[in-house]
Amino acid sequence: MPTVHFTDAEGVVRDIEGNAGDSVMETAVRNGVPGIVAECGGSLSCATCHVFVREDCLDQLPEMDEMEDEMLYGTAVDREDNSRLSCQLKLSEDSDLYVTTPETQV
Amino acid sequence: MSATNTSATAAPAAGSDGTVRTGLLIIGASQSGVQLAVSLRALGFEEHITLLGDEDHRPYQRPALSKEFLQGTVGSESLIFRSNEYWAEHNVALVKGERITRIDREADGSGVAHAASGAQFPFQRLALTVGARARKLELSGADLDGVVYLRNADDALELKARLDDVREAVVIGGGFIGLEAASSLHKMGKTVTVLEYGPRLIGRAVGEETSEYFLAAHRERGLDIRLDARMNRLVPAEDGSRVAGVELDDGTVVPAQLVLVGIGVVPNIELAEQLGLAVDNGIVVDRHALASDGTTVAVGDVANIPNPLPGAPEGERIRLESVNNAIEHAKVAAYSLMGRREDYAGIPWFWSNQADLKLQIAGLTLGYDSTVVRRDDGRGKFSVLYYRDGRIIAADCVNAPLDFMAVKNALAKGQNIPADAAADPAVVLKTIVTDG
Repeated sequence: MPTVHFTDAEGVVRDIEGNAGDSVMETAVRNGVPGIVAECGGSLSCATCHVFVREDCLDQLPEMDEMEDEMLYGTAVDREDNSRLSCQLKLSEDSDLYVTTPETQV
Repeated sequence: MSATNTSATAAPAAGSDGTVRTGLLIIGASQSGVQLAVSLRALGFEEHITLLGDEDHRPYQRPALSKEFLQGTVGSESLIFRSNEYWAEHNVALVKGERITRIDREADGSGVAHAASGAQFPFQRLALTVGARARKLELSGADLDGVVYLRNADDALELKARLDDVREAVVIGGGFIGLEAASSLHKMGKTVTVLEYGPRLIGRAVGEETSEYFLAAHRERGLDIRLDARMNRLVPAEDGSRVAGVELDDGTVVPAQLVLVGIGVVPNIELAEQLGLAVDNGIVVDRHALASDGTTVAVGDVANIPNPLPGAPEGERIRLESVNNAIEHAKVAAYSLMGRREDYAGIPWFWSNQADLKLQIAGLTLGYDSTVVRRDDGRGKFSVLYYRDGRIIAADCVNAPLDFMAVKNALAKGQNIPADAAADPAVVLKTIVTDG
């Protein structure tokens, strides 16, 4: 099972098992992980599913497209080099991802 | 953050028949109903919550129904809001497939909701997140087989099931739903004609420049769009029961094995009317999402709200049909149910994905007096900025998330984006934001 380790802004860690094919955002929202809002449900319209990805996990992830890149300039907490929108991060069978959620999404 | 038991903080109410009535009943397992339950638990609401819906599905997200779900690129499981475990852990009872037809209430606000099935749902507090339903087409032949609507999951499932037998489709209505569905059907290889009664596309939500842009863009992508379309009737096939086309007022018939009607929605105000709540284009609520009885909350598409835009004229009211409104309004309602009064204020925003056109709207165009168009055809970007007395109030942005984000953030902070500087599409909007 793919696993995502969510650390919130206070440092609380939640380890969530997800399903291959689901996004990191879906995995968080369905299980009520706080810190990810995802108003638009994953259609790359709202930039409220911002996460910081641990550096050594970045190469597990798909390339960022222009739309995601531009949306990341509008996040509530400023983007960093390891910022991604979690709706764009699909899990595969062997995913083991560490992400941190920002202090606020809106 | 979650409540793990049902201990009520207030004394349970007893009905005139002696039954004990506790907890909150949320009627409508919708985006706003789900958000209300989630927000209440996050705020520490300890009483029992029943989230009741009339569909046979777990609460799900609607936006994809006309897009990814219709096209088959996401499955039904992806639309589900929360896992069963989530609801169980948070002590929210989900009730599916029950349609409330009558509510009896005591003077203290508690009562019993009666479902068409005969089931009864007692409550101490009531929330109406009942949404809206598709407006029905009133035209000869509108009840023919093959005339469909697209509001809920069953509508989408029915539509999908019919598609194999469809070569040509007519979409009646050139609004968000109509154009999203038309784009989906076209992508799936159907010949699609859009019939819009009005003089322009998406006329209720965007300004003229944006309408023009979408008209040209959709025609370029292969949709046959007719504006100012007047229809005589829907024409039956030889079997007399299936639809075969749409007859226009000049007598020509646009052939179609499927007619999808997307002409807006009607708010579901019947229960509110029966309860004696004030109703006027939706359930009239105050800034705290409270209906006229001061105790029932009404949230989302069904609520007629004071304009939430900061600085909007006092007394201006609006009914918003959007995910953003359902979510943010529910948060305010959750505070009200907790006994805290928060004003509903914020920057409404909307999105609509049609083919490769990604429209994002920030703010409300109500009362605009001028516009600035930013267009970069080389990069496929297009934005219209709306101004009222020299101040930005809204923007329509197509494939231009930087513009959308800049305007949304500026509005939220009460900042302006001067029109003269914004007119150059090469200028990055967030670099020209001014305070005050």
